[in-house]
Amino acid sequence: MKIKEIAKVLNAQVVCGLEYVDNEITRGFASDLMSDVLTLDTDKMVLITGLANVQTIRTVEMSDVNCIVFVRNKQVTPQMLELARLESLVLIQCEYSMFKAVGILYAAGLLPVY
Amino acid sequence: MEFIYEVEGGNFIKAGNASSAVKKTLKQLNVDPKIVKRTVVALYEAEVNIVAHAYRGSITVNINARSIRIILDDDGPGIPDIELAMRQGYSTASPKVREMGFGAGMGLPNIKKNVDELNMSSIVNKGTKVEMITYL
Ligand SMILES: Nc1ncnc2c1ncn2[C@@H]1O[C@H](COP(=O)(O)OP(=O)(O)OP(=O)(O)O)[C@@H](O)[C@H]1O
Ligand SMILES: [Mg+2]
Repeated sequence: MKIKEIAKVLNAQVVCGLEYVDNEITRGFASDLMSDVLTLDTDKMVLITGLANVQTIRTVEMSDVNCIVFVRNKQVTPQMLELARLESLVLIQCEYSMFKAVGILYAAGLLPVY
Repeated sequence: MEFIYEVEGGNFIKAGNASSAVKKTLKQLNVDPKIVKRTVVALYEAEVNIVAHAYRGSITVNINARSIRIILDDDGPGIPDIELAMRQGYSTASPKVREMGFGAGMGLPNIKKNVDELNMSSIVNKGTKVEMITYL
């Protein structure tokens, strides 16, 4: 699905990277542990996480992941935004719990990584 | 060519700055994107390990036509049992480190998976040295 559809079904706000919302995403991975994310090698993946800090951005930068959904209404900080812009990332802020957000995305057709 | 970076223990704002700079350099050198990813994931895990577990450290990156060789050298508590530390799930990370999203005990096994050669040595109460080599 397109990134903009992800934001729509989650009733969520794209706070960075509006110009990339037509890009396609096929798989989702949900974790608050960055070392778990760093073990993956999956294209067109969205990270769904409740961890909102600079290391979340660094982790996806190293992993070649281009889209993050922050759940539980976690706020993106100015520092995170600055780094995300440099890396051309899409950041989405969502008020739902991790469980609800992941359930909706799974039902909408996003595939698991494993 | 050689690049040297300093790493501050405990500073999670700056953690990853060196890995990010190395990623940009490797991309500029037109290194295969798969190799870039493997190398910077390993480097980032090792850089975060200095931030999470040591007091300060340095990263030396050597790139030539055949290989990328990275040495991370830190002043820190050291690792008493490297074999144990290499096991998936083994972690002594503090609550503060866990709050930052680390401490799964996945870093060292993941480094091993991503580089062609990994050499580690450590002296307790002195520090740890990690050498990783990726062949081009
Ligand atoms: N540079 C270091 N100095 C001292 N101890 C270290 C260092 N690197 C790793 N260790 C020790 O080895 C353990 C395992 O490291 P590893 O990177 O696999 O996991 P972690 O850092 O605890 O968690 P994760 O990497 O999954 O976020 C650490 O918890 C720590 O005890
Ligand atoms: Mg680690």
